[in-house]
Amino acid sequence: MPLIDLANPTRFLTLASRALPWLTIATLAAFAVGIGLIASAPDDYQQGATVKIMFIHVPAAWLAMGCWSVMSIAALGTLVWRHPLADVAGKAAAPLGAAFTAMCLITGMLWGRPMWGTYWVWDGRLTSVLVLFLMYLGVLALWRTVEDPARAGRAAAVLTLVGAINLPIIKFSVDWWATLHQPASVLRLGGPAIHASLLTPLLVMALAFLLLFLTLHLAAMRNEIMRRRIRAMLVREAESAAQ
Amino acid sequence: MTALANIFLRDMRLSVRLGGGALIGVLFFLIVVTLMPFAIGPDLALLARIGPAILWLGALLASLLALDRLIAADYEDGSLDLILMARVPLELSLASKALAHWLTTGLPLVIAAPLLGLLLNLDPTATGAVALTLLAGTPALTFIGLIGASLTVALRRGGLLIAVLVLPLAVPVLIFGVAASNAAIVGPVPFGTPFTILCALTLMSAVVGPFAAAAALRHGLE
Repeated sequence: MPLIDLANPTRFLTLASRALPWLTIATLAAFAVGIGLIASAPDDYQQGATVKIMFIHVPAAWLAMGCWSVMSIAALGTLVWRHPLADVAGKAAAPLGAAFTAMCLITGMLWGRPMWGTYWVWDGRLTSVLVLFLMYLGVLALWRTVEDPARAGRAAAVLTLVGAINLPIIKFSVDWWATLHQPASVLRLGGPAIHASLLTPLLVMALAFLLLFLTLHLAAMRNEIMRRRIRAMLVREAESAAQ
Repeated sequence: MTALANIFLRDMRLSVRLGGGALIGVLFFLIVVTLMPFAIGPDLALLARIGPAILWLGALLASLLALDRLIAADYEDGSLDLILMARVPLELSLASKALAHWLTTGLPLVIAAPLLGLLLNLDPTATGAVALTLLAGTPALTFIGLIGASLTVALRRGGLLIAVLVLPLAVPVLIFGVAASNAAIVGPVPFGTPFTILCALTLMSAVVGPFAAAAALRHGLE
């Protein structure tokens, strides 16, 4: 189906309410399989049971970056193609991205305390994720400050695109600092550096997180459309009451 | 061209005249730098070591101060509407506004930095390095700030939001500014490596800043 068919919010709502139950079931099933696999996965010979934090930490980190990509595409949709649902998609993705980034930071800190001996180091990877978190909060603050949703959407779209340019620069600039965080070990040349017994649950959990994001994003978009309808009704009511 | 020159001259005149507040940024810079030794103690060796970072932080905070007037003042008196409707491309008008803003608020910080370096026990090499990196880096802060100022122009409480939006975007400039200053003082990286990247950041923000700000104004005020 071409993307333009979704421009009609009513058609989108129909599609969303048809897809949401299935997505919810798929998410729950993926999480059940993933948690089962984690429970039976062996402990790491060095890290012990703390290696299992990775099964939440890594998918959350992937989605923390993925949400900004979704927001950037939505921002292009708002500014370039003027797709009516693009700013709804961008707005719905922002709090999810902030939550995944916070989850990534918190699980990383819980893992870092026993493994590195400290909750926080000013390492390149950690710092750039923290700045990403701050930028999510900035976008959320902008959404909350501008009253008119259409104007807020365009402002947030500009900020999202500038942030999309800035994030790789931050990533690159903080890599100059001495680093403690391990480099990429799943998506790298020469194949994954993780043993299959740990890699399989990780990939299943990544799929579960992706489904969770899709479900929540679709639900949040539906809520946002409803919220705008309520707002429009209230404005109309206030106008007729004033006359 | 004359239109751009007129915008530039008008902004210069407005900011140096009474109520323009061009030098308040320098005063704020002086106060921030003076507060640091109170907070961390008058240890001259320590101050010399973290001096470049203090000067950069002070300049970054001081450059935030005037941002909320950069466009909001024109929005309030209606001249922004004239600039928006003019035949001159909005991007160029904004770039000349940013240039005037940098000359009246950024350049004074650069000139004040060597004097403040004396307070922080910086030797001449370090002072020169910090002043040079500030000269190359503060335009980037102005152009990034231009985006924040345009995004928040019509908001009632825009001032606080600008800082929240702009500071994360300014992180790379701060990193490479301080890295270049430290490279000149203690090494081991040659000064040129981070310094050229700092210049690249400035040039890039000079392109991205006016375009993003113009997009924000066009979409935000219609």
